Amino acid sequence: MDTLRQSPSPCSSRPSSPRTPPFEMFGPVGIEAVLDQLKIKAMKTGFEFNIMVVGQSGLGKSTMVNTLFKSKVWKSAMPSLEVPTPQTLELHSVSHVIEEKGLKLKLTVTDTPGFGDQINNDKCWDPVLGYINQQYEQYLQEELLITRQRHIPDTRVHCCVYFVPPTGHCLRPLDIEFLRRLCRTVNVVPVIARADSLTIEEREAFRSRIQQNLKTHCIEVYPQKCFDEDINDSILNGKIREQIPFAVVGADQEHLVNGRCVLGRKTKWGIIEVENIAHCEFLLLRDLLIRSHLQDLKDITHNVHYENYRVIRLNEGSGAVAQVVERSP
Amino acid sequence: MAAADIARQVGEGCRTVPLAGHVGFDSLPDQLVNKSVSQGFCFNILCVGETGLGKSTLMDTLFNTKFEGEPATHTQPGVQLRSNTYDLQESNVGLKLTIVSTVGFGDQINKEDSYKPIVEFIDAQFEAYLQEELKIRRVLHTYHDSRIHACLYFIAPTGHSLKSLDLVTMKKLDSKVNIIPIIAKSDAISKSELTKFKIKITSELVSNGVQIYQFPTDDESVAEINGTMNAHLPFAVIGSTEELKIGNKMMKARQYPWGTVQVENEAHCDFVKLREMLIRVNMEDLREQTHTRHYELYRRCKLEEMGFKDTDPDSKPFSLQETYEAKRNEFLGELQKKEEEMRQMFVQRVKEKEAELKEAEKELHEKFDRLKKLHQDEKKKLEDKKKSLDDEVNAFKQRKTAAELLQTQGSQAGGSQTLKRDKEKKNNLWLCTE
Repeated sequence: MDTLRQSPSPCSSRPSSPRTPPFEMFGPVGIEAVLDQLKIKAMKTGFEFNIMVVGQSGLGKSTMVNTLFKSKVWKSAMPSLEVPTPQTLELHSVSHVIEEKGLKLKLTVTDTPGFGDQINNDKCWDPVLGYINQQYEQYLQEELLITRQRHIPDTRVHCCVYFVPPTGHCLRPLDIEFLRRLCRTVNVVPVIARADSLTIEEREAFRSRIQQNLKTHCIEVYPQKCFDEDINDSILNGKIREQIPFAVVGADQEHLVNGRCVLGRKTKWGIIEVENIAHCEFLLLRDLLIRSHLQDLKDITHNVHYENYRVIRLNEGSGAVAQVVERSP
Repeated sequence: MAAADIARQVGEGCRTVPLAGHVGFDSLPDQLVNKSVSQGFCFNILCVGETGLGKSTLMDTLFNTKFEGEPATHTQPGVQLRSNTYDLQESNVGLKLTIVSTVGFGDQINKEDSYKPIVEFIDAQFEAYLQEELKIRRVLHTYHDSRIHACLYFIAPTGHSLKSLDLVTMKKLDSKVNIIPIIAKSDAISKSELTKFKIKITSELVSNGVQIYQFPTDDESVAEINGTMNAHLPFAVIGSTEELKIGNKMMKARQYPWGTVQVENEAHCDFVKLREMLIRVNMEDLREQTHTRHYELYRRCKLEEMGFKDTDPDSKPFSLQETYEAKRNEFLGELQKKEEEMRQMFVQRVKEKEAELKEAEKELHEKFDRLKKLHQDEKKKLEDKKKSLDDEVNAFKQRKTAAELLQTQGSQAGGSQTLKRDKEKKNNLWLCTE
């Protein structure tokens, strides 16, 4: 479900609570038809997905987005010498509607050019946090209106992809600071960018060091362990957690390899195929973000991060909201 | 709807970008469905109808199971609502079904207030949801939604028209819940009477402005079937949990001496249509209508009643929070004023009581003094008397001693004389008598 506005079909307990065994039905009733009804409704309403890419310039963020969604979402900018590097961090948002098999997805990509590019990068995460909180605020205001819209437009950031430069050593202080602050507000998926400069062994070593760093600093990246609902989820997410951060390579040019047309980067010593699991883990990232966990990303944003923001925000207003309501009849 | 929204945004400058390959987000509906399945669904039905119209039996027949509960008597003093929740499971879909039934509806002599408990119940569910939604720390995604999604209104099969109780109740409920009117125990009406009855009912509903639930016809996949079903409203249903052997199959039916009525035979009654519409086709739409229309209406009315507006007189958007703060301060101010008043009144009363008590104390003191004086006077009098008495006693004693003294002297001298005299007397006496 996109937003709270749609009828909240998920309800409290699992179907068969241990206390009351489910009622026995003597024949088919047709309850499972509700799944089809849900699907039809979902197809009609369409979906929204907001993704933010953060990382230093030159790490291939725009190319990655284009590769992920197989379309020219961003015109990947070759930095020309006349354009100066921006002095402050600005956020650029661009929205597109992409359609696949009758399903419309409104995709909003937010880029952060200038992140980590200054000499003094102190507090460079503030504009990013500010933007994220601003989206939450907008949604909150809409939700608090008396006459609400049927469908509140959801501009909240569902996923933040953080590009780690492929130094091969470990996370830099800037990375750690940023990740620490953001993992509590939004779902963060770190990736090793431009992984074609690392060999497989270097990749594994880098990855394990990053994982250690994350653990030492108690940074919970997506998929978060605390939101695993049942044993299946924890097994599945456990496997994913072992491989975070994915080492990815982005490319939007096609080349001919063995007679097939594949996306890849052509170098003098070979062609790096983006969609080849032996070459890079782009496929894993795409599956995680789009094919299997998109809805989960949105749900966690809505049920956890947004609620946290709401609690803080409403408490700031000296708890006026809840107290007044509880006191009046 | 949001498809229109997205289309509008496309027009607004959000361009549609062509895809160069298969991205894979067409699995989104499946992801959504999987999540919903793991969390389970909720559905709440309210059955309103007079006692004995077969509400519980119909629920048993609809869901192919035996729900517990004994039939109600006709002697209920007022209308009450009985609510039961059941967990049903079909393949991998779990449904938390709540069935609320009116007990004692239409049994009273004075039925003016019969609709009130029902309206209050529905409002109470909305209120509970609103309270949860307005909390600071809320858990909406695991909240057990108890709002009524569908109201089945059971019409008695008189064959003529709607009763005025029905009209009044339906009119009160139509803005709060999705009403689906059904003709109960319709095996009591013949086919021709049934068509006339249905026409009469629909025309009465329309002329009284009652808005019953119309099955949605905006989605192509269900528009056709919903459209035809809309024409069959109100459904004439029969409920039965007994299975009889008809032909070579076991079917739910009711047996009469003149024939057998099959529940699932579309020629006999509209039960199959009801089941299709209620569960298989429109369950999700019913829930959505409840949430987006009826609940929003309730929420808007409630918040406006509490005095919140979206825009102030200058038509600048009001923040709900500012209004809340203003109200809260106002409320606190009033509270403080009242507190002051009460405190002053209390102080005054205390003073009065104190004065009273002082008065009483003074009086008591005076009384005490008076009595003491009296007592002293009496004592003095008594002492005087005692003294005089003592004097008299002394005087008497003196005289007594003096007299005694005289006596003893006289008796010694004339003692013998008296003796002689006595003897003489005696002798005289003897002589006389001789």
